Amino acid sequence: MSDLSHAPAPSRLQKVMDSTMMYSFRRNPVAVASLAVFLVIAVLSFLAPLIAPYDPYDPASIDLMNSEYPPAWVNGALPEFVLGTDDQGRDLLSTILYGTRLSIIIGLCAVALQAFLGITIGLVAGYVGGRTDSLLMRMADIQLSFSTLMVAIIFLAVTQALFGSETFNRYAVFFLIAVIGVAEWPQYARTVRATVLAEKKKEYIDSARVLGFGPLRIMIRHILPNSLSPIFVISTVQVANAIISEASLSFLGLGMPPSQPSLGSLISAGFDYIYSGSWWITVIPGIVLVVLVLVINLLGDWVRDVLNPKLYKG
Amino acid sequence: MKDLSSAGPLLDIQNLEKKFDLDKGFLETLKLRGGRLIRETRAVHAVNNVTLDVHKGEAVCVVGESGCGKSTVARMVAGLLAPTHGEIHYAGQRIDNLSRHAMRPLRKKIQMIFQNPYASLNPRMTILEALEEPVRHHNPRYSNAEVRDRVAEVMRSVGVDPAWAKRYPHEFSGGQRQRIAIARALTVDPEFIVADEPISALDVSIQAQVLNLMLEAKESRGLTYLFITHDLSVVEHFGTRVVVLYLGSICEVADTATLFSNPKHPYTKALLSAVPQLKDDRPNHIRLKGEIPTPINLPKGCPFRSRCAFANKRCDEEKPKTIQQPDGSLVACHAVEEDRLDTAASV
Amino acid sequence: MSLLSVRDLTVKFAMRDQTVTALNSISFDLAKGERLGIVGESGAGKSITGFSLMNLLSRPGYIDSGQILFDGQDVVQMSEKALRSVRGNRMAMIFQDPMVTLNPVLTIGQQMVETLRAHRKLSVEEARQIAIVKLREVYIPSPEERLEQYPHELSGGMRQRIIIAIALLLDPQLIIADEPTTALDVTIQADIMELMLELCQSNQVGLILITHDLGVVSQMTERTLVMYAGRIIESGSTRSIINDPQHPYTQGLINALPQQTLPGHQLRQIPGNMPTLAQVPPGCAFNPRCEFATDTCRSQIPKISQYGDVEVACHEVHRLQTEPAREEEQA
Repeated sequence: MSDLSHAPAPSRLQKVMDSTMMYSFRRNPVAVASLAVFLVIAVLSFLAPLIAPYDPYDPASIDLMNSEYPPAWVNGALPEFVLGTDDQGRDLLSTILYGTRLSIIIGLCAVALQAFLGITIGLVAGYVGGRTDSLLMRMADIQLSFSTLMVAIIFLAVTQALFGSETFNRYAVFFLIAVIGVAEWPQYARTVRATVLAEKKKEYIDSARVLGFGPLRIMIRHILPNSLSPIFVISTVQVANAIISEASLSFLGLGMPPSQPSLGSLISAGFDYIYSGSWWITVIPGIVLVVLVLVINLLGDWVRDVLNPKLYKG
Repeated sequence: MKDLSSAGPLLDIQNLEKKFDLDKGFLETLKLRGGRLIRETRAVHAVNNVTLDVHKGEAVCVVGESGCGKSTVARMVAGLLAPTHGEIHYAGQRIDNLSRHAMRPLRKKIQMIFQNPYASLNPRMTILEALEEPVRHHNPRYSNAEVRDRVAEVMRSVGVDPAWAKRYPHEFSGGQRQRIAIARALTVDPEFIVADEPISALDVSIQAQVLNLMLEAKESRGLTYLFITHDLSVVEHFGTRVVVLYLGSICEVADTATLFSNPKHPYTKALLSAVPQLKDDRPNHIRLKGEIPTPINLPKGCPFRSRCAFANKRCDEEKPKTIQQPDGSLVACHAVEEDRLDTAASV
Repeated sequence: MSLLSVRDLTVKFAMRDQTVTALNSISFDLAKGERLGIVGESGAGKSITGFSLMNLLSRPGYIDSGQILFDGQDVVQMSEKALRSVRGNRMAMIFQDPMVTLNPVLTIGQQMVETLRAHRKLSVEEARQIAIVKLREVYIPSPEERLEQYPHELSGGMRQRIIIAIALLLDPQLIIADEPTTALDVTIQADIMELMLELCQSNQVGLILITHDLGVVSQMTERTLVMYAGRIIESGSTRSIINDPQHPYTQGLINALPQQTLPGHQLRQIPGNMPTLAQVPPGCAFNPRCEFATDTCRSQIPKISQYGDVEVACHEVHRLQTEPAREEEQA
């Protein structure tokens, strides 16, 4: 400690590279591979408009005559459709790229909404305590006692009936984000409340109170930054869950319309053709979905191991 | 009243009491007794009827063993807990019932130093952020340069190199963190410091450094301390006056020199004799029977009587009041009052 | 022959990017029934010494070299099976926090009977009887009832007595106590210290008392080791170390106590902090904090040598003697 004053302060990047987190990351091949796969999928799908050979949203580029061509390695394939085409004659590779992008966007936005609601409610419940806490947590319990899918199905079915499928299809992305976001906030609220209760007992919070800081400042400046680790941990898992939820809803026909397919609606669309031999329409997006969710969950496992305060002692 | 405040004590605690309810919900208060459902609330009587004043420039030490309520007193004075009964006055103004807003100007005057330097600094804030935050909060009109000067001045005065300001608390040792925590309290230029076991988490050689720092700050800034500790050697060195607490009640209040040379309450005597001496070979240890009872639903009578060798019937029934002794100390003990301590001890 | 003989014990910790030396060539002896204090601040290596003596170190720590001869056998070389028969049986350990040592889901009786039966062929009833005798020895009132209680039903002082009773169950020859009274209140601490002293004396049990509290060491032990940054820097009879310390660190430690200064005056503090194990300075580890440090101190590690009544590792110990600093001012 005595040579603190002599050593030059390490740069931010260097600090990050030296951190326990980076160290454990470099030593964990599963985490490295998962991140690599996730980044490949994410980058490719977000670059879809640039790299996809066709635009699946453009009806002009779709020719029904091209429907149900198999992938390139199967007999009877057309070389321009690497992964084959779907029932409407869309290039499957392009459709999957666009669909993955949509799935990831919906997943991230839904989780952002969950996190915003859950963190706010959790912070208030944990910090204020008493009646407010009881009320908010009972709300969370009620919300949790309905399954996400059930809430979502009811909500989406009602909206679809209410607005008609034309309007619904136009705003499907927002409806999906809203319903998945609202249905899962208690996950965040409970975790955040638990950490707030733990942090609130620590002396630095007392110290902040003695210095006369208001509750809002203490919550946001002092408690929230120290509750980030568990938030980070559940966020990864929740993104995977949200992507699955979106896929399930789309598969049930309550999500993205066939004209703007996400991974779930692609799988669903192909499902009708699986017995007629066109397995690739379902199987290939299915594999992408499974791999995407798997790598996110593997990353989540690693994050939890690193950030778990019980396992990790600085 | 105004001119009285300057002459009176800086801090005046009257009949302070704090109860913590153990059974919080309604359902928890229901109990089955002998086949009948009754409603009963259990409460921890952490502090009972404590009256105390602290004058400017004093360092009043509150000593006692774990569970005696010394930290609860500290937290009530610092405004972290609201008393169940009683009043706390600071410079003539009642402070225990103030709103957060009304309390704000007083926050600058009363500051607190905590026991655990590993927990009292926000781990996600650099030292600089932690020190600048209170300055800006209480002096919104300060320019950046003024804030920087103030922080640098405080850092130098506690012996923390301002060059370390960009570092996080975990990069410092316990002693340095405690210096930083003290610096944080000093940034708002307080008059009165409540210190809750500020050195008990530190190593011996570091304890001396921190104690010296606090003494220095007392001289240079004219601070008044309410110092909570279990370490009697620190009390003897640091305190001007000592308050001995047992189970939330005051046993004895005396000037430090008087207390150490002539302790009167049986508990004070036992406490003093229990301190392991460095050079004295045979400790003259007064053995107390039993252990500290729990402070849940305290029965009437003297709280110390279960361990006291001089307890009699009166001690079982009547709680002793603090009575002024000829040498100025206040003692709450029937045996002292009736002058039966020395005669009993010689038997 | 001495009961315990430690020779050049070196303990290392394999950290993520480097290996640090936690104990550096420690040697000391303990006679049968002797009470030895190990004093130092946190990070000095005193707890690691205790763990090493029982060969209880776990990753990333390991014994790099050296011998620990307990009753003539080297603990370092022992098989796991042989170690188990030594631990608890002939060597017992008492920790700071009684709540951690006792298993919260077992009654006191179950824990004591289990310990006894793991080492001796006894029926449950026989084991119970021994447990009751031992609880009586540590002055626990109505021991039969206590056997049925769970740890959380007992007070801190009571728990620490039970820990002592468990340590004594198998009549060990050596007890290693790591800060046994630090978590307790002063009045309880005094009781427990008296009890341990009495038990060690009457049963001829050796005691290694690891603590930061010089007062406790002074009351409990005959001999004392002072540790700093993984080395023994001074050792000798407790009396001479307390009354006439030779090493500047030991002197500083004693002088820094509030009792050594007039009330209200500045304490004589040791400047700076103990170095972390990864940053031990070259030469004498204490040199950056030492007012007597010379160039030799900054480059060469001092050897232990006899000086007066004690053994000291200090280059400048002669100079200290001729310049009887300022200890005489007050006392």
